[in-house]
Amino acid sequence: MIELENITKVYRAGQTEIPALREINCRIEDGEMLSIMGPSGSGKSTLMNVIGCLDKPTSGQYRLDGVQVGRLNDNKLAEIRNKKIGFVFQSFNLLSGATALANVELPLIYSGSSNRRQKALQALESVGLSHRAKHKPSELAGGEQQRVAIARALINNPSLILADEPTGNLDTQTSKEIMLLFKQLNEQGMTIVLVTHEPDIAAYTQRTIHIRDGRIEAVE
Amino acid sequence: MKFWDCLATALHTIYSHKMRSILTMLGVLIGVAAVISMVSLIRSEQAMVRESFESLGANIIFVTPGTPGSGHGVAGPFASSTTLTMEDAQAIADNAPSVEMVAPVSQSTTGIVAGGENVGALTLGVTVNYQDIRNFEMDQGSFITEQDYKGKARVAVLGNELAETLFGQMSPLGQNVRINGRQFEVIGVLKGKGEAFGTEDQAAMVPLTTAQAILSSERASSAGHIVQAITVQAKDSDAIVSAQWEIGEILRQRHHIRPDEEDDFTIISMGDIERTADQLYAIGELIMGAIAGISLLVGGIGIMNIMLVSVTERTREIGLRKAVGAKRRDILTQFLTEAAVLSLCGGAIGVALGWGAIKISIGVLANMGFPFPAMLPGDVVAMAVGVAICVGLASGLYPAVRAARLDPIESLRHE
Repeated sequence: MIELENITKVYRAGQTEIPALREINCRIEDGEMLSIMGPSGSGKSTLMNVIGCLDKPTSGQYRLDGVQVGRLNDNKLAEIRNKKIGFVFQSFNLLSGATALANVELPLIYSGSSNRRQKALQALESVGLSHRAKHKPSELAGGEQQRVAIARALINNPSLILADEPTGNLDTQTSKEIMLLFKQLNEQGMTIVLVTHEPDIAAYTQRTIHIRDGRIEAVE
Repeated sequence: MKFWDCLATALHTIYSHKMRSILTMLGVLIGVAAVISMVSLIRSEQAMVRESFESLGANIIFVTPGTPGSGHGVAGPFASSTTLTMEDAQAIADNAPSVEMVAPVSQSTTGIVAGGENVGALTLGVTVNYQDIRNFEMDQGSFITEQDYKGKARVAVLGNELAETLFGQMSPLGQNVRINGRQFEVIGVLKGKGEAFGTEDQAAMVPLTTAQAILSSERASSAGHIVQAITVQAKDSDAIVSAQWEIGEILRQRHHIRPDEEDDFTIISMGDIERTADQLYAIGELIMGAIAGISLLVGGIGIMNIMLVSVTERTREIGLRKAVGAKRRDILTQFLTEAAVLSLCGGAIGVALGWGAIKISIGVLANMGFPFPAMLPGDVVAMAVGVAICVGLASGLYPAVRAARLDPIESLRHE
């Protein structure tokens, strides 16, 4: 469960202060599938970074599964990112020199898990890509690359998958397949937060948070 | 992050950028190869020179005319001053208890003619025991005998190189040579002594008595027959120091040198010469070490340069690793391991290359007539590789810290 209370984020550029998030209050239940929409510069990326523990809020409280994470140090945040959050990016962010399998294994290296190969194969199977395990990203289609990225996000069995424009680099048909995959994962109980500016994509989610000028404008 | 994962990641990165990795290693590689081959060659030469010293004869002390430090030393036991005489040699033989044998030597530069050949060469006037003191082995014939010595016989023993120059492949035994116009019969040829002390290889030896009678221009001074050197053999190696002291006392007394005056002769033992030579070699090694150190430093700068480029290029990768849970120290360790592995590989290839260079040099030198023994100096290998790894770590540190400090959000946005 994600609880955001009065979250503010202010960037400083010299003397001027640029508010990116203003008093965000929000609650995301376990098993929910939710989208965050907003024009560029609205603060949706900042919100996603805060939820993803990549950034700390300037003020306010953020609880992830009841743990107050807003004030943890960098190492603790890295641990939380590793164990509780799975990231999916618009540009996939796979390591080009490594195989699909090795890419999926990556988070396990930092959590020191055993049986890495087996777990990674299972994750690849759950996104329907076990037959491509030995291929490098350059040998995979865009949709397949994103599936590898999703498998990587799933590998540590996180509380939450955070996807930033996951279909931004994909064609309509592939986008649809990826969204169906997210939907399927959600049906299995995974909490999913999508950041998008496409209403078509947001339509797959149960709830959409509209954000503008750092404030939640509407929830539908 | 476990060490093996770190190592695997580093190896994978190095392997997937082969060309760049090799270029990065190059500085360290050349540095290590250079220091190993240089030090090895210096040591080989030193070993050979030591061997030559030993072939000069055991427990040898050279007494030469002229004040100490007037410029000979290692260069040559013979000098041009005229303060030593036959009588000095006799006095040493009679009065120095630590001395086993004494061999006065006269020396003159002569023209030697045999058949059509005419060369300038040293002719040494020697005593019968000179062969024993200096460990001369005969290639052909025999050395000067007591009879030759007493009878001022016109016989000569030739160094092997001189014999070859004068007679080629023909045996010189029984042949005649003309030394300064006087006819001598060749009775023996010496075996070669090698490069470092080949003076006798190119010289002729005649009985000292004969030399004084018909070759020396100085003949006799008021003090007696002049000799250019007195070669002394101490009773054993422990007696060398006392022998040196006794000889000094005897000669000072004979030459009426007051305690506050400088000696007009020089006493030098093989040990002294060896120590001087060893010092020279130590300096040589130090210089080589310094040169290699500089080249390792340059190699380190090369590693740092490439690592900085690599960090910039892999900013997104670093961002991603951080996003999926890499801590600062994980990134730091990853890049440090990469730098260390690069320099270790450079060092290892450098050792192999250095060994190859040693082998080739030894081969070339052997063809030129210098039979150096090939050896891989273990201490230098260990030191060079150790220093290489340290250089890798030191030069990888700054790029690794930069990588570890990257902000994950910024890095993920990096194009």
